[in-house]
Amino acid sequence: MKSLRLLIPYLKVYRREITWGCIAALISTALYALAPWALKLAVDDLQTGISARQLAYYAGLFVGLAAVGGVFRYAMRMWLIGMSRKVEQDLRDRIFGHLQKQPASFYNQNRTGDLMSRMTNDLDNVRNVLGPGFMYPIETISTAVFSIAMMLWISPTLTLITLLLAPPVSYSVFKLGRVTHKLTTRIQEQYSRLSDQAQENLSGARVVRAYSQEERELAKFDQLNQEYVRRNLSMTRVQALFFPLMGFLFEIGAAIILLVGGLGIIRGSLSLGDFVAFVGYLGMLAWPMIAVGWVANLLQRGAASMVRIQNLLDTEPEIVSSSQPSSARASAGEIVFENVSVSHDGVREALQDVSFKVRPGETIAIVGRTGSGKSTLVGLLPRLIDPSKGRVLIDGVATNEWNLDELRKQVGMVPQDAFLFSSTVKENLTFGAPEASETEMLEAASISRIDKDVAQFADGYETMVGERGLTLSGGQKGRLTLARALVRDPSILILDDALSAVDTHTEEEILRGLREFMKGRTSILIAHRVSTVRDADCIYVLDQGRIVESGTHEELIALGGYYADLDHRQSLEQELEMES
Amino acid sequence: MSAKRKQVEEQDVLGKAYDSKLARRLWGYVGDQKKKLFASVGLLLLGATAELAGPWLSKIAIDRYIVDKDVSGLYKIVIIFVIVSALALALRWSQSYLTGEAGQIIMYRMRRDVFEKMQRLSIPYFDRNPVGKLMTRVTSDVQALYELFGSGMVAIFGDIFTLIGITAVMFAINWKLALLTLSVIPILLLVTFAFRKRVRDLYRKTRSQIANLNGYLQENIIGMRVVQLFGRERANHERFKSLSGDLKQTYLKTIFNYALFFPAVELVSALAVAIIIWGGGSMMLTGAVTVGTLVAFIQYVERFYRPVRDLAEKYNILQAAMAASERVFQVLDHPIEVPDTSALDYVEKTEVDAPLIEFRNVWFAYRGDEWVLKDVSFDIREGESVAVVGATGAGKTTIISLLQRFYDVQQGEILLHGRNIREIPLQELRAMLGLVLQDVFVFAGTIAENIRYGKADASDEEVRETSELVLANRFIEKLPGKYAEPVVERGATLSTGQRQLLAFARALLCRPKILVLDEATASIDTETEQTIQEAISRVLEGRTSIIIAHRLSTIQRCNRILVLHHGVLREQGTHEELLAQGGIYHRLYQLQFGLGEAA
Ligand SMILES: Nc1ncnc2c1ncn2[C@@H]1O[C@H](COP(=O)(O)OP(=O)(O)OP(=O)(O)O)[C@@H](O)[C@H]1O
Ligand SMILES: Nc1ncnc2c1ncn2[C@@H]1O[C@H](COP(=O)(O)OP(=O)(O)OP(=O)(O)O)[C@@H](O)[C@H]1O
Ligand SMILES: [Mg+2]
Repeated sequence: MKSLRLLIPYLKVYRREITWGCIAALISTALYALAPWALKLAVDDLQTGISARQLAYYAGLFVGLAAVGGVFRYAMRMWLIGMSRKVEQDLRDRIFGHLQKQPASFYNQNRTGDLMSRMTNDLDNVRNVLGPGFMYPIETISTAVFSIAMMLWISPTLTLITLLLAPPVSYSVFKLGRVTHKLTTRIQEQYSRLSDQAQENLSGARVVRAYSQEERELAKFDQLNQEYVRRNLSMTRVQALFFPLMGFLFEIGAAIILLVGGLGIIRGSLSLGDFVAFVGYLGMLAWPMIAVGWVANLLQRGAASMVRIQNLLDTEPEIVSSSQPSSARASAGEIVFENVSVSHDGVREALQDVSFKVRPGETIAIVGRTGSGKSTLVGLLPRLIDPSKGRVLIDGVATNEWNLDELRKQVGMVPQDAFLFSSTVKENLTFGAPEASETEMLEAASISRIDKDVAQFADGYETMVGERGLTLSGGQKGRLTLARALVRDPSILILDDALSAVDTHTEEEILRGLREFMKGRTSILIAHRVSTVRDADCIYVLDQGRIVESGTHEELIALGGYYADLDHRQSLEQELEMES
Repeated sequence: MSAKRKQVEEQDVLGKAYDSKLARRLWGYVGDQKKKLFASVGLLLLGATAELAGPWLSKIAIDRYIVDKDVSGLYKIVIIFVIVSALALALRWSQSYLTGEAGQIIMYRMRRDVFEKMQRLSIPYFDRNPVGKLMTRVTSDVQALYELFGSGMVAIFGDIFTLIGITAVMFAINWKLALLTLSVIPILLLVTFAFRKRVRDLYRKTRSQIANLNGYLQENIIGMRVVQLFGRERANHERFKSLSGDLKQTYLKTIFNYALFFPAVELVSALAVAIIIWGGGSMMLTGAVTVGTLVAFIQYVERFYRPVRDLAEKYNILQAAMAASERVFQVLDHPIEVPDTSALDYVEKTEVDAPLIEFRNVWFAYRGDEWVLKDVSFDIREGESVAVVGATGAGKTTIISLLQRFYDVQQGEILLHGRNIREIPLQELRAMLGLVLQDVFVFAGTIAENIRYGKADASDEEVRETSELVLANRFIEKLPGKYAEPVVERGATLSTGQRQLLAFARALLCRPKILVLDEATASIDTETEQTIQEAISRVLEGRTSIIIAHRLSTIQRCNRILVLHHGVLREQGTHEELLAQGGIYHRLYQLQFGLGEAA
């Protein structure tokens, strides 16, 4: 429950709404609590004799109380429930902003489904604390105070006997709520298993089909589905009891009043009007008694959810911008790696003690086996990950001392996996530079040779690309991501295996265009082909996270190591081809 | 970013609250649960009757025993009162449970059927529908139907019955007073209808706004790395805030309506009580009604308004359920674009001299008449190894998709052993093909589970051997958990090449008859690539293979080469033949080996 205190800062913003809401709640319950009293007066007078005018007066009083009470109740809902929605939005926006600061490693540790549920289910639970959880206690307490006062006024004994009902009602609601909560948690767990499986299955629909695994997937799903229903059924059993039981307890209350009140009337210690008023107050107390138990559950659930949300908000982003204000200067593009080591999981090192220097405007290339750490290395520049040892400097300033926005503006990266957003070609192209002009966009499209493909689409640049760029060919996706980086006009350009999905002819054309573009910019090329990297100013060979060779094409050939072997293999292929 | 389009999609169906055709169909779905539903309606009616008895019994107690000072009579009636309440409890409870159970079972079936249908639906359907939308069908839409069966439908009967019951009892006690009391009903109906309509529109709006917000959120989470790389945080945050703010505005409007509705209903109910005081009181003065009647009426009025209020909410449930069922049935009814042939109709018949694979005048377009393949014809004989080359976007991957029958061709036919592939059961067809594609999809799970994907009963030994074959063991052995190492969503903690090796192992484990490699080694280093190629030719010796590659060196071992240009098969033949032709291939070749245009 303590975790609910964390909400206070959010509530402070709406101090006014909360104060007024509470006042309105008090007034409205007081007015509503007077209604059975009016009824009592009418019934009592009816028995002792009354004029038609007096009757009309009582009737009018009754309606009047409901009308004025209603106005305040309206105000209470608007203020209190309205406030809960506003706080919900504030929290939601804040979590989103926080998620945006989290580095890639965070997203590898947390499943998408989990994060989504944090922002939907958990947020909902917290909101329920703020709306109903705020409103009902106030309503409950004031209703209870007012009606019990009135009831005591009428008949202390009858009141005490009736109030005996309160503990069992509240307790059973609380108990039931607890069981419900436990069952709900179990249902939720199963639900997330079920939806995870469905999500994987639907995302991998092509693989499922290619391997004819439909039946097995179905069986897996069915098992989860059955368990889900089983858990739901045990919940149904408990829930089915709830409202009938509440109804029953109140009928018992009514029976007690009927008996004790009836005896009182017979003995003359109670009037019929008192009896009627009592039944009315019992009706008014019904809800508060249920609400106590119910609200207790809301609070419990909300507290648990708030803990989860707070845990998320407390996750300090591992990569934070330095407080350095951004200066609009363009970087020269000098890169220095000083004894850099990187570990993704804190155990194995993906890079070990890497040092090198790139002068502004130079082009370097990185080659190496699968999994040797090439992508990890270039990920250090835009700070997708930070080194565990050593420093990376750009223009003589360590990356962690750069303003993050500024740093990323310098770096134009074409990641290895071409992720596109499900929107138009144009929106994807200008993703990193929404203010780019039409000519700049077309220029980038032409360098990456995506322009001709787009020209063939019926909707041109307005063509929707489907989820993750599904409706494009592999090469089209790759070139679109290339163009997306070029539009940003970066001072450091990184191509992580960007041309692997492009045919040689197109690759040649692109490289020719890029050479012009790369003039005056520092560039890093990752590739597996000697033909792609041979012109670089310096080539680095990575093996198991270490730089094992470096130099120009000629130097490395002369060295006779991995690179020379690579070249040998590739030219051997070539010769084989020529001979055949 | 794609908010415009998503809104259009979400709007598609949210129709009437009651649609008789749809209702009949849903009713058909109830199947053997009908008995339970009927039984619970019966129980509900009994239960509601028992509940209605309460105020009536109070009336009798007041008029007959309290006013007459009959203490033992009072005891008797209170005991009856308690018994009736206990009866009502038992009836309500069993009814609630029965409907709940029926609803759960119906929901289970519906979810199973939707998921099963999604296993049958073909790839074009997945091209058009984002995963998030399909997920909604399996999860929340089915859930909405549960509300309908599990509580909505039966409870509506109960509410209507209660209303009729109260009216009837009131008329039986005193019809004049009953008429007077019920005179406020038109006002109540007016208030309820006005409220219902407004809330319905808001509900619709809320749903589509939530869908937009969550869709946007999900895409941002998945693509966060790209968002950060391109410095889009602020812009996207602004967009999120505006979506989130729109949703809040709609909620505030909904709150306004509820804040108005509840007090309004209270007021109408107070009006009814006032009428009873005034009218009933006047009648009492003339002796036309007893005081017990008055008290009973006041209690009935209170019970009258609850079902009315509930009905307004139930109406929303009904409407949501109808809309959801419409969407669910849309999935269930969706034609399967690539229909399977049942294995029973299939007689294995191999024409001796027919080629293994033949494309005969194939025309294909993903959309309308944007032809991606135009009149493509070629054949591949058993044991042959064929390469497909061509510029990006030429339609190479499309050929593979067609061979797998992810799509059906618009014109022409594809034959396997002389039989149209439409006549071959899909499972049989796809079991022959082993694919390693450009875009590798790995499942969340473990490394071993991923390798075993196509052959669940493969032994650990087999898994290890296959991994060694493609050198995947090199990296797997270094993982802390080795083969049991968990793989996260989409294999994000593996390098791209490692994911490709995994896909290789997965395909080879099945020892396919025809191996298809679509740019499978694009992200793999040359040394590994060559080792894998040797291993493959050893293991799959004499088997047919189709290889798509941009590097001509990768395809050096192929017997024959097909050159695709803008969807047209422009050249085919052996390497020498194509070189001699001096066409596209010749040009590609010169380019790649740096022989220059002039050579
Ligand atoms: N699912 C799809 N829906 C609509 N259009 C598609 C779809 N898949 C591919 N296309 C389009 O069909 C054309 C051919 O695509 P295909 O993937 O066959 O090319 P490819 O030759 O394999 O190219 P690459 O070498 O780049 O992989 C492209 O213009 C592409 O945009
Ligand atoms: N997020 C991560 N968590 C744990 N390990 C990781 C993560 N990302 C990469 N690795 C591991 O770090 C090593 C280096 O990966 P990296 O992606 O840098 O390789 P690469 O040289 O780019 O390979 P490729 O040529 O296949 O793209 C690999 O062994 C990989 O499994
Ligand atoms: Mg990589």
